[in-house]
Amino acid sequence: MPLALIREGTKAVLRSIQGGRNLRGRLAALGLIPGAEVTVLRNGGNGPFVVAVNNARICIGRGMAMKIEVD
Amino acid sequence: MKRITVALAGNPNSGKTTLFNSLTGARQRVGNYPGVTVEWKEGIRRTPDAELHFVDLPGTYSLTAYSEEELVARNYLLGGGPDVVVDVVDASNLERNLYLTTELLELGLPVVVVLNMSDVAAAKGLEFDTTLLERRLGAPVVPAVSSRGVGLDDVLASVIAVAGHNGDRPPARVDFGREVEPRIERLVGTLATGSGVPAGQRRWHAVKLLERDHAVLRSFDDPAIAVQAEEAAAELDLDGADTSDVTISRQRYAYIDGICRGAVRGRALPGLDRTDRLDRIAMHPVWGVPIFLALMFVVFNLTFTLGDPLMTLMENGIGSLGVWIAGLWPAGSQSPLRSLLVDGVIGGVGGVLVFLPNILLLFLAIALLEGSGYMARAAFVMDRVMSRAGLHGKSFIPLLIGFGCTVPAIMATRTLETRRDRLITMLVLPLMSCGARLPIYALLIPAFFPQRWQGPVLWALYVTGIVLALVGARLLRRSLFRGETTPFLMELPPYRMPTALNLVSQMWTRGWLYVKKAGTIILGVSILLWALTSYPKPPAGWTPPADATPAPAAIAPAAGATAGLDGSSDAGPDAAAATAAEVEAAAAMAYSVAGRAGRLLEPILRPMGFDWRIGTALIGAFAAKEVFVAQLGIVFAVGNPDENAEALRARLRRHYDPLVGYCIMLFCLIATPCMSTVAVTRQESGSWRWAQFQFWGLTLLAWILTVLVFQGGRLAGIA
Repeated sequence: MPLALIREGTKAVLRSIQGGRNLRGRLAALGLIPGAEVTVLRNGGNGPFVVAVNNARICIGRGMAMKIEVD
Repeated sequence: MKRITVALAGNPNSGKTTLFNSLTGARQRVGNYPGVTVEWKEGIRRTPDAELHFVDLPGTYSLTAYSEEELVARNYLLGGGPDVVVDVVDASNLERNLYLTTELLELGLPVVVVLNMSDVAAAKGLEFDTTLLERRLGAPVVPAVSSRGVGLDDVLASVIAVAGHNGDRPPARVDFGREVEPRIERLVGTLATGSGVPAGQRRWHAVKLLERDHAVLRSFDDPAIAVQAEEAAAELDLDGADTSDVTISRQRYAYIDGICRGAVRGRALPGLDRTDRLDRIAMHPVWGVPIFLALMFVVFNLTFTLGDPLMTLMENGIGSLGVWIAGLWPAGSQSPLRSLLVDGVIGGVGGVLVFLPNILLLFLAIALLEGSGYMARAAFVMDRVMSRAGLHGKSFIPLLIGFGCTVPAIMATRTLETRRDRLITMLVLPLMSCGARLPIYALLIPAFFPQRWQGPVLWALYVTGIVLALVGARLLRRSLFRGETTPFLMELPPYRMPTALNLVSQMWTRGWLYVKKAGTIILGVSILLWALTSYPKPPAGWTPPADATPAPAAIAPAAGATAGLDGSSDAGPDAAAATAAEVEAAAAMAYSVAGRAGRLLEPILRPMGFDWRIGTALIGAFAAKEVFVAQLGIVFAVGNPDENAEALRARLRRHYDPLVGYCIMLFCLIATPCMSTVAVTRQESGSWRWAQFQFWGLTLLAWILTVLVFQGGRLAGIA
């Protein structure tokens, strides 16, 4: 399911990213690659969408979070 | 003494710049990379054995370049500039930071890894076996806490040691696995024949080609290389579970995992700590924006309350300098050199430098917001608002600085990642009413509006600017800059206390760029504009047209006026006395190129309710917006408008009505960015085309809107 639908405080494993090579590359350099474990720190309606990966907080646009498939 | 060039590389927020500042202190130089608009910082550190030249590269997550900054960092490293590369890694987030490290090592660069913020990592329960890390990476690993100066000596010692046996180390070999490796080998083979890539860099280039890195692909003239690269990448797409670039990133992280296994103990879990609690407030869906606006309000208030006394000091200093230089000539001297220095150089450059205290304070506040980690949150909070106008959340900061001065604001667009976002922001920036336009409002509003209307009129002007900027950005996005919006993706660094050294250094760096601008292009244009408003000189006995000079109500007999003695419409009962010198200055202005141009422009100005006097003042205002006031002072023969503001207002009232007064302000708000803005737009956009587009576009917009307001107002019966 898309990352954007994961509830706050839940862990998920990235499966794939639908997007251009540029987006994939940027996400990869930030540690967001298929197989990476992420924790959704914030996901509240209108608020920011923040995930923790390794020990970094990454703020992602909601549209982008819809393009990231997780398990 | 041995000279060693050291490049500082690392992820954003890894403490790279803190290390740079701690190592080099005040011995820094700033500039631009040749040809591009990325800030270039160099600092020197002397040790008993060597002179170390540190270059602070822009922060980058990998060597794949997504922004101009990252491209600059990469090209510098690839170009073989540095003798040693100091790679600053955030110890609390080692795996991610080592992504860049592995790329640097693959290039065979002589790297020293600085395990920065090791105190924070230790507090989180992380332990490092640096010896093991060193062995696996094949590069020295030095723990440090750059904000407190811990470990700096070790860093310096390692740098000197690595520089000593330069070239000994072969490039690191990341094992990309059995699917990727054969393709790398094949492309290395291709690159070995006549591609011009040095042997040590071929493997790295081959990997980038497999990743379909645009910049690397484009760097080859030979189309056969692109074809072969695409062939190999396509094969890899099919073989692997993912596209070639994802497969390669995965393998790289797997390799990093192997390096860290056993060398990093403990695992910092991203739990709810102070940063998350603060983020609950700072990024609140409802309160986020008000909090940001309140912070900005505080910043601006402080900038002006603290800055104004300093600005007065600057003004007095520059004024005294002018008086002193003028005093080198006998009183009443008509020496062109004196006029050039006093009116042209000091008037023009001084007028820009006067804002330096305010600008430094503003940069200090921005450094504080950036260094504390809040800026990333602000960008997020504003992204919702800004994206409606087709701008990035980060665009808000330059727009905000635009209220202070457009020039540093345009420089601040450097933080935007895409050229499109940068250009749009840059083009609409002059619509944010800058500090130099305030003197115009301060003169005109009390001249035409009663006390209780003065606040609302000022407010309306600022709001008009903001609305036009947002609408303009949206229109630009929909016309010239169409395309997908940049998705919002940003790391939120933990909140930190910025170091004093970092704050001061950043403030000076940007402030210095501002001063340099004033000393070069602005100096040139100031001299040109001085010439336009001073020449040609009226010949002796020239009688100016009746409307060119107000009647001198009282002339000291000794002054011996030669011009402007015929009566004119100005001899009202409330006319302030104009001295002979003031009348002469007004006549000279009317005779000058600017005065004539003002008359020439009159047909265009008429529909807005302006006459040639306004036109002349507008030409002067190109030097700097506030010069408009000084020019009006000359045209209306009141001398220094700062001292005779009331006299000037009285004359303005006799010539214009409140509607025209408002139209003048509206036009000044929108039209013709000042020469400094044009120059800096040219510099930052990389072409005169955009600077011209901005100049003429805004001027046309101003004309259309002012004509609409004036004609509409007249129709509505507003006199």
